[in-house]
Amino acid sequence: MIAFIPLYAYARKVPVYESFVDGAKEGFGTAIGIIPHLVGMMVAISVFRASGALDFLMGFISPLLRGLGVPPEVLPLGLLRPLTGTGSLAYATELIRVHGPDSLIGRIASTIQGSTDTTLYVLTVYFGAVGIRNGRYALKVGLFSDLVGFVAAIAICLLVFG
Amino acid sequence: MINIIWLGMIVIGFVFAAVNGRMDAFTAAVFDGAKNGVTVSFGLISVLVFWLGVMKIAEDAGLLRSIARLLGPIVGFLFPDVPKGHPAIGYILSNMSANLLGLGNAATPMGIKAMQELQTLNPDKDTASPAMCTLLALNTASITLIPATLIAIRLNYGSSDPADIVGTTLAATFVATLAAIFADRLCRRMLLLRRPPGPPAESRSPTGGGPASPHYQVKG
Repeated sequence: MIAFIPLYAYARKVPVYESFVDGAKEGFGTAIGIIPHLVGMMVAISVFRASGALDFLMGFISPLLRGLGVPPEVLPLGLLRPLTGTGSLAYATELIRVHGPDSLIGRIASTIQGSTDTTLYVLTVYFGAVGIRNGRYALKVGLFSDLVGFVAAIAICLLVFG
Repeated sequence: MINIIWLGMIVIGFVFAAVNGRMDAFTAAVFDGAKNGVTVSFGLISVLVFWLGVMKIAEDAGLLRSIARLLGPIVGFLFPDVPKGHPAIGYILSNMSANLLGLGNAATPMGIKAMQELQTLNPDKDTASPAMCTLLALNTASITLIPATLIAIRLNYGSSDPADIVGTTLAATFVATLAAIFADRLCRRMLLLRRPPGPPAESRSPTGGGPASPHYQVKG
């Protein structure tokens, strides 16, 4: 794609370099514009984790999961995933390292990581870039789809690998 | 809602830190988080600058318009309020295909560009339009065909078949995406029901932000 687009454009007599620079200019401003949004969100997430509030929440839900035959080890991943992409990837890697990549936990972790996304980050970056303050129902829908992805990943893995 | 979540995380974090005697960690976390926010933003500069440059070439060559015309019906269903042939459609499609291929860092600039194009159609610049919410729903559900990072990690830890999670990931991502589209539609419908009948929100914009309004409207 990186080679095809400029070649195609050149064939259609587009001044490719000038076009590139023209578009690229916007990238810098956009990245700078996102900074306040990301700093705000990252601080809240970081504080929430470091205070032990996240651990407390997990201690609350894990007995419930165990009752359903779901390994409670994967729960933190489900809670971390919408908040932090690198944090959840680190946690998934840790689960894979400790339990083995071919264990049920390792496979569930991989599937969760692959089928959900860092909703708060995506929301912050995309809305931050255009100055949207009121996201309407976007956050609700995003978190709902994360929850569905999390549950679906566990259910499907239990069915296929369990 | 974002206000409540943000405030909630900070206040709950503060209370827990006080109760657990972790005030040092709390303070450290504040500056750590702030530093992370800046680091991530700066990390995005190179990716954004490069991909927006390439996408500008594609736009000038008419590529985005032809893609938009080709896949118009699908996007027309998901984004009923975006006019046919509008540049936003080309960016939405590039964003979707980059997501499908698992090219995370190429998907973000195109998603941002799509948002900026949708903002030109948005009558109320502070509030997300339904089309923006749909784009976000598609991105948070993250339709993934090949979870390359996870395959690499599994390979690294000696899996006998690192790619055997492709099927389960595909199935789970498919379910999540369907749920996102469904929930988005439901919310959109409810929003329309709540609004009294009559002319849509255009009248709310005092300056009449027509199609010629600038891409950037960075406030707050």
